[in-house]
Amino acid sequence: MLRAFFVILLFQLFGEIIQKYFLLIIPGPVIGLILLLFTLIFLKKIKSKKILNLKKSVVNLSNAITSYLSLLFVPIGVGVVMHVSYLEQNLFQVLGVIIIGTIITIALSAKLMEILNKIIQKKND
Amino acid sequence: MTNLENLYEIWVYLQTEPLFWLTITIGAYLIGDFLYKKSNINPLVNPVAISILIISGILIFFNIDYERYFNGAKFIHFLLGPATVALAIPIYNQIKLVKKEALSITITLIIGSLFAIFITYYLAKIFKLDDQLILSMLPRSVTAPISMGISELINGIPSITAIITITTGIVGASLATFVLDFIKVRDMTARGFAIGLSSHGIGTARAMSRNKTAGIFSALALALSGVAVSIIIPIIIKFIL
Repeated sequence: MLRAFFVILLFQLFGEIIQKYFLLIIPGPVIGLILLLFTLIFLKKIKSKKILNLKKSVVNLSNAITSYLSLLFVPIGVGVVMHVSYLEQNLFQVLGVIIIGTIITIALSAKLMEILNKIIQKKND
Repeated sequence: MTNLENLYEIWVYLQTEPLFWLTITIGAYLIGDFLYKKSNINPLVNPVAISILIISGILIFFNIDYERYFNGAKFIHFLLGPATVALAIPIYNQIKLVKKEALSITITLIIGSLFAIFITYYLAKIFKLDDQLILSMLPRSVTAPISMGISELINGIPSITAIITITTGIVGASLATFVLDFIKVRDMTARGFAIGLSSHGIGTARAMSRNKTAGIFSALALALSGVAVSIIIPIIIKFIL
């Protein structure tokens, strides 16, 4: 558990260092995510018991953290109390963007993937 | 009288302590989560929105600064980074699926993410929103830990991004079934992927409760689109907007 936490923190730390060093606009933790993913894929071929155990505990800890993911953005979310009047002025416009934008995005990406799946299936048959 | 004074002193002391704010934050979230489960995972009964209402109600009622609250609750906030790194796992768990459906996943991921960003930008321009609000809205289609991270880096306001992201999730989760039935998409992989891509965790929770395949693809799209949008937004801002 503690080792798994260390591994995750370490990857985040690498991510943050890379972000700062190369002045990237990609969040450090996302770079950490990519690094962790590639490390896990790379380690797939290595069947040492120690590594397998560590991998398993990283997976378990990650599942535990992500199952409470939404709790984690409550503290920042509460910060909206400072921007209530700013949002209130633009309330209908903001809701308009969200509702129209989300409907179109869902429809377009679902249709696109359905068509792609059909084309690929036909080619395979 | 001294008893009351003592109580008041304790109250003043508690306000400066993380213990108090952590307890309040987790307590408010548990109430929200309880109501959410009671409602049969109705997206409109969103646990985060309920927690935010409860906590900001307390802050306003007792006239407490947000900074003071945030200082106390920052241990929870800190876990956002590790949680983002941990999103590697849902991708890794489905790596076989990603390889098998690589082509349709990659194309849908890139075009869908680009579309989510551009439609937000142009709609916001049409509605004449100011630049800072637009920047805060751009990453709204991806999971909040990542959207807030992007918002901070592109000079948006992370707490506004958080609220807008949550609202996007609620809207997506509430309307997805209706929209997808209306345009007659029956392919469960496409339905799930579109839901995760456009309405992240809140949509995914809904998809998982309805259909297993849709749930898996939604969870995958949630994690993949977080990465895709993080890479796409800086490029767009640098070269296009």
